[in-house]
Amino acid sequence: MPLMPMTATGALSRRRGKVLVGPVDLTLATEGVTIVIGPNGSGKTSLLRMLHGIARLNAGDITWSCPITEAREKQAFVFQTPIMMRRSVRDNLMFPLRVSGVAKPEARARAEEWGQRIGLGEALTRQATVLSGGERQKLAIARALIRNPEVLFLDEPCAALDGRAMREVEEILQNAVSGGTRIIMSTHNMGQARRLATEVIFMLGGLVHEFSSAPPFFEAPRTPQAQAFLRGDIVE
Amino acid sequence: MSDLLNGLSQAFWLVVTLDPDLVEITLRSLRVTLTALLVASLIALPYAALLAVRRFRFRRTTIAVLNALMGLPPVVVGLIVYILLSRSGPFGVFGLLFTPTAMIIAQVIIIVPLIASIAHQSLRELWSDYHDLLISMNTTQSQRIRAILWDGRRALLTASLAGFGRAIGEVGAIMIVGGNIDHVTRVLTTAIALETGKGDFALALALGFVLIAMAIAVNMTIHWLTQTEQEGRW
Amino acid sequence: MKNLLIGAMTAALVATSALADDMKMAVTTSFHNSGLSDILLPEIKKDLGLDVQLLIVGTGQALRLGEAGDVDAILVHSRKAEEKFLAAGNGTHRREIMYNDFVFIGPKSDNAAIATASAAADALQKIEAAQAPFVSRGDDSGTHKKELSLWSAAGLDPEGFGDWYRAVGAGMGSALNTASGMNAYIMADRASWLNFGNKGDLALLYAGDPVLFNQYAFIPVNPEKHGHVKNDLAMKLENWLVSDKAKELINSYTINGETLFVFNAKQ
Repeated sequence: MPLMPMTATGALSRRRGKVLVGPVDLTLATEGVTIVIGPNGSGKTSLLRMLHGIARLNAGDITWSCPITEAREKQAFVFQTPIMMRRSVRDNLMFPLRVSGVAKPEARARAEEWGQRIGLGEALTRQATVLSGGERQKLAIARALIRNPEVLFLDEPCAALDGRAMREVEEILQNAVSGGTRIIMSTHNMGQARRLATEVIFMLGGLVHEFSSAPPFFEAPRTPQAQAFLRGDIVE
Repeated sequence: MSDLLNGLSQAFWLVVTLDPDLVEITLRSLRVTLTALLVASLIALPYAALLAVRRFRFRRTTIAVLNALMGLPPVVVGLIVYILLSRSGPFGVFGLLFTPTAMIIAQVIIIVPLIASIAHQSLRELWSDYHDLLISMNTTQSQRIRAILWDGRRALLTASLAGFGRAIGEVGAIMIVGGNIDHVTRVLTTAIALETGKGDFALALALGFVLIAMAIAVNMTIHWLTQTEQEGRW
Repeated sequence: MKNLLIGAMTAALVATSALADDMKMAVTTSFHNSGLSDILLPEIKKDLGLDVQLLIVGTGQALRLGEAGDVDAILVHSRKAEEKFLAAGNGTHRREIMYNDFVFIGPKSDNAAIATASAAADALQKIEAAQAPFVSRGDDSGTHKKELSLWSAAGLDPEGFGDWYRAVGAGMGSALNTASGMNAYIMADRASWLNFGNKGDLALLYAGDPVLFNQYAFIPVNPEKHGHVKNDLAMKLENWLVSDKAKELINSYTINGETLFVFNAKQ
């Protein structure tokens, strides 16, 4: 059963008594690339983590179109600082497959194929911990995509990357989109947002301040804060 | 001072001539301690991983108790094991007292808290690194434990070697439960105690130097076999 | 062919079971330090095919092990404690084997001048008068109990002694080490002293008073209390220990030309 559409109703996440994000009411459709933008501290990361399920849901509901036990299997998350397992590049790529019960020879073949695809074909046996920032992020994304997830969450994946690495990452993401992967991603880079988004969530103060499809949002955002934000002003 | 030099030269001769008594007690020392190390690691390492990964209410208390147990005086452990294994005790029927097996049991009890405590500290750090990733990938508890045990294996080796160091030099517990019987349960440390008691310091020192040399050799062998301290390897 | 195999296996079995006779005996550090066991054990092995495994512990621990049934027999030298042991039903009987003597050791300078003492009691009184450093076993062993009885016979009570009286709570060798390190007086059994390797500045100053004789006795652990003890082997050992061969070996055992033990078993 497909994961999407997904609906959040009154979803709220707290930590140590403080509300990180919410309450959020949102429906995400089957297709598209959702980009989450907003000033620092507006709750972008918390929103992604809450929707994915690694931040605790203290109130409200998040409903996927398939049972919750299947839901996690079909998602993947790429963290802002890529988490490298202390093993080789190939073993990092194989890990999610082995966890799902894929046999070793097949997992190995798929890992090597993905390694080539992201330009790390020569580096398969190197320890992931010695890779550069851009290489790590590409590896993290490949590792997320290797299980063919239906939904891919990314938390500011290009924050620390140079131009070339960013271009390579966006290419991988575009390929994933054409392959049918639903992307929900936060970013600070407005150019990137414009390039990739089909719809935009603008966060402010832990709440969804605006949610609309991309072209109208970038042309003429409804709220004054979104307008100020797009202009480049500091928004609180 | 002359005792030190005498000790060194005696050690040299004992080793070079492969003195049969020396060989016998050295092999027995190795056998007892390495067996204890293996058993203790099989208990302590998975336990440390479980402790690192699992959320439960008494975590902090358990860890505090574990750290405190590291300070257990070995001779007290020896006394307790003696009482348990004595013919008048609950497990006397097994006839384990005054055998190398009793010594292994005592040493396992002594080093399990040490190995678990050290392993837990590094596994906990590793887990806090991997936490979000492994949860996001929907891994099972057992998959998480296996992942950190494997990726953390170098630190686990350090923990085990710490246990080895503690066990190879231990004398109080194994004296009580082993009885230091010639040709049966005498090992390097208990022989050293015996010779010291007889006032033969030179021989005691000689055995001591052999013990140190052996401990270094074991450590170096293990490091060489697992190829730590090599460039590019974590 | 099959018969040959069975025959070979039986022979091997018999041979190994013949080799497999062993028993555990708790002996005191004083006895072991004399070196006599190194002479006797191989002969016992040869004559009886018996491996006597020695646990070398203090008298108190030896009695405890016998009481718990963790050994098959004990060889100690503390008559009162032995009789208490038997009264409690822990042993079958006591068989006197041999005796050696205790001697007084002290610094060569002999501040308390015990070398000229007239008797053991006199020597102890001189030490107390001079408040000379004195090391005591302090471990409830046969030697320790003997020392306490000698103080008592000299009309003195160690409970009231000052800092010069040092109870170390250790075996004979360790106590001698401590005495050597402190240059103190100490009462030791002659055998341990002769075999001791760290004499330092100490010397044998007084000996010979009959009250210093030290009787060793062999006690088999009671099989009625502990069914598993190897009482048959213990009896075999006892018979050997009171035999003429043992008498010969014990009486002729010397260190530096000095005999240590006198065989006095009633045969």
